[in-house]
Amino acid sequence: MEALVASAIGLMTAAGIYLTLRLRTFPVIVGLTLLSYAVNVFIFAAGRLAVNMPPIYDAAVKSYADPLPQALVLTAIVISFGMTAVIVLVALAAFLKSGHDRVDMTDEPDDAAGTGDRE
Amino acid sequence: MNHWIIAPVILPALLAPLIILLMRNDLLLQRVFSIAGTVALTLISFALLWAATVNPPEVYFPGDWPAPFGIVLVLDRLSALMVALTAVLGLAVVLYAIGTGWDARGRHFHALFQFQLMGICGAFLTGDAFNLFVFFEVLLIASYGLMVHGGGRERTRAGVQYIAFNLLGSSLLLIALASIYAITGTLNMADLAVKVAALPEGDAALMRVAAVMLILVFAIKGALVPLQFWLPGTYANAPGPVAALFSVMTKIGAYAIIRIGTLVFPPDTPATGTLIADLLLGSALITLILGAVGVLGATTLARMVAYAGIASMGTLFLAIAAFTPQATAAALYYMIHSTLATAAMFLVADLVLSRRQDDSLRHSLPPIAQSGLIASLFFATAIAMAGMPPLSGFLGKLLVLDALRDQAAIVWSVILVTSLITIIGFARGGSVLFWKSHASDEVVETAPEPDPLAFTMVIALIGALGAMTVFAGPLMGWLEVAAAELHDPAAYIAANRLPGSE
Repeated sequence: MEALVASAIGLMTAAGIYLTLRLRTFPVIVGLTLLSYAVNVFIFAAGRLAVNMPPIYDAAVKSYADPLPQALVLTAIVISFGMTAVIVLVALAAFLKSGHDRVDMTDEPDDAAGTGDRE
Repeated sequence: MNHWIIAPVILPALLAPLIILLMRNDLLLQRVFSIAGTVALTLISFALLWAATVNPPEVYFPGDWPAPFGIVLVLDRLSALMVALTAVLGLAVVLYAIGTGWDARGRHFHALFQFQLMGICGAFLTGDAFNLFVFFEVLLIASYGLMVHGGGRERTRAGVQYIAFNLLGSSLLLIALASIYAITGTLNMADLAVKVAALPEGDAALMRVAAVMLILVFAIKGALVPLQFWLPGTYANAPGPVAALFSVMTKIGAYAIIRIGTLVFPPDTPATGTLIADLLLGSALITLILGAVGVLGATTLARMVAYAGIASMGTLFLAIAAFTPQATAAALYYMIHSTLATAAMFLVADLVLSRRQDDSLRHSLPPIAQSGLIASLFFATAIAMAGMPPLSGFLGKLLVLDALRDQAAIVWSVILVTSLITIIGFARGGSVLFWKSHASDEVVETAPEPDPLAFTMVIALIGALGAMTVFAGPLMGWLEVAAAELHDPAAYIAANRLPGSE
């Protein structure tokens, strides 16, 4: 199970970083999302992988899963979800304002027009 | 238990939703409450500063959960100082934004501003590494909103880059925190300090990897080379008052490195040794050089100020990298100075930009309204940033040089040469902006109303730098105690009341 989880994290991270390095906002956002999935599984694994163990105290049970990473990962999921929503909206606004979805800021041909559409 | 410790987090956290829910259509009411909230925050932060001065480090247990399991807030001299600095800067910035009408150019400026203050104060106060991540995200999500405040094509596009870069940073921070948790089983900073000091030999390599990842994240926040490239684009495109407030955000990276570097990974801990100090020293030197060259080569005023900010972070990290009490005290003095000076300079850049839309340094442009006053304000802030007498930049650099005597050969020459380059850069920028404009025969553009409140705030920030120079003696005395407290964290750890340590 360790090998499976570890390679899944590695694969998601690799795919996430590859997509993040693209030039268009859509792949970048998908890449960031993949990366946050990888991070969430990684946090979960930080509490050691355990099967069929309860995280909450029970008099009849002798061994437990670590409950803290589960709380941490819940926080991380909520935050990355909110952050993804923000970047989607800002990227959409940038796309609507500039007419293209490139991430880099190197093109300055018709920059004079850029000041015209300030609202 | 001193309940006021959590007030700098609670107050903006309650005020911001109130502003959104009840006063979203009434700008006047928003302004009144935003100013009142920030003034209250300033007063509370001064009270906390006093409490931290007379008492040893004090811990607040939200929900009364005991330390390694519950989240804690810790008030010591360093965190109290940073909260007070944030509050004072926040007050100046919010008044400036109101004076220039920046807050009316988009919606929800004041609510976002209060959330931003909440995140920054929380990041300074927290004593839990995961909670630090949460407050980072609070301040970042507010900064995303402030960054694109007022809209505009370039600003929104710069905002996308800024958000993407920080999301990557957050992912890295989570990986680092999860690794540290996997090794030690705790994320409470005081508990980490105890556990890392007694780390088994076999875990040291993994801990070094985690420590470097953690430092990388703080280096992103602190704009250290090679992770500085987000800063010029972001700060140059952000609204002026927001860029001024962001000057305290880079200091959060510096604060976190001071905190983690003295508490959890001090240079004498066997697991990491001087690894962090060595990494910081090299990259701080390059940061300083890059910032100074950037000041000389910048094509717009806002970018020049951004690079000056990077250069000051380089000087700051040089002092931090020494990890001695004397150097840390100098770093703290320089950190206050750098925050206020960078903020003042961004506000001056905004005054110029509001009078002519173009702040290019490539060619001369027609003169601006109130040119004389703005030019002298630019002159004063440039003196402060470059580190010339009589303002606090000079004393700050002198203290840093004095603390780094044993590395004089490289560090002194880099600091002194880059100071010269910065002075030349500012002189060039200032003369193009303010002197050469008189050579142009174009007519003066229609002058906007002079805004006394905005000018007062810039002058107040410069006045604060002057006060730092006049009262440098008592201030340094206070900071030396703070630095000694940081380098001997026994009191900090004891305040957490960890089980088994009593």
